[in-house]
Amino acid sequence: MGAIQKINEPVSDELVLVRAAKRGDIGAFEQLVHRYDRNVFRIAQHITQNREDAEDVVQDAFLKAYENLQSFQEQSKFYTWLVRIAVNEALMRLRRRRPERMVSLDEEVKTDEDSMPREVADWSPNPEQLYSQSELRDILTKTIQGLPSSFRTVFVLRDVEGLSTEETAEALELSIPAVKSRLLRARLQLRERLNKYFKKRRTGDSKK
Amino acid sequence: MNCSDFLKELTDYLDEALDARTRAELEEHLQWCHNCFVICNTTKKTIEIYRDSQLYELPDDLRTRLRSAIVNKCQTKKTSSEKA
Repeated sequence: MGAIQKINEPVSDELVLVRAAKRGDIGAFEQLVHRYDRNVFRIAQHITQNREDAEDVVQDAFLKAYENLQSFQEQSKFYTWLVRIAVNEALMRLRRRRPERMVSLDEEVKTDEDSMPREVADWSPNPEQLYSQSELRDILTKTIQGLPSSFRTVFVLRDVEGLSTEETAEALELSIPAVKSRLLRARLQLRERLNKYFKKRRTGDSKK
Repeated sequence: MNCSDFLKELTDYLDEALDARTRAELEEHLQWCHNCFVICNTTKKTIEIYRDSQLYELPDDLRTRLRSAIVNKCQTKKTSSEKA
């Protein structure tokens, strides 16, 4: 039996698909794949930093979700549940690829960038005006790849994928204060690292 | 409120998750502290730029290939569990 629906609370179309998939409707499950495959791919590539691994994560995460659909309790969103599976698959691959480095979302990462920001300069003109789209994409990719995986994952779920703090905590099995603390540090570290590309230049400075 | 207090609240401030009183204190600090004003603006910009960046888009051909692989595996799984 599914979770008790609150009176007058409409069943989301996501839940309609999930229930149909639970009854064996593969077409309904395919619609769920179609809805979330791009998000899962993006999350997986951010975590693993490897295209092939990200492709495998997409396949394995959806397959695992399908196999375990009966155990999905409908108390959270299907997407949050799916993200949790995908993050675990991605971390497993990352650990396999980098066995020399312990990869855990619980790790306490101390860096020298956690204190007060060192460089304070406004960004002007806008980064979008300063660099071409592909240059900007390279800068953003390189910068986020330099973050510890525990910060990167929280930032991606919260700020790129738009999960709430509570959903991020649930998907990563972290406490809300832990999510907030990692998010703050991730945001500040990214800001600090992007600063060298985007800070306002004095007259006469070259572009790079 | 000093700069370090401001920094601690920055994430909740940007996420509009603060109570009215703390928010007012932060905004008062922003009025006279240029450094925190810049940090706040550029952090906000950092989030926006990543949100809009479209990094790691899934190309259509790969998307189709992955989806059909997933559906095939699910179908196999379903068939084998029906037989069991």
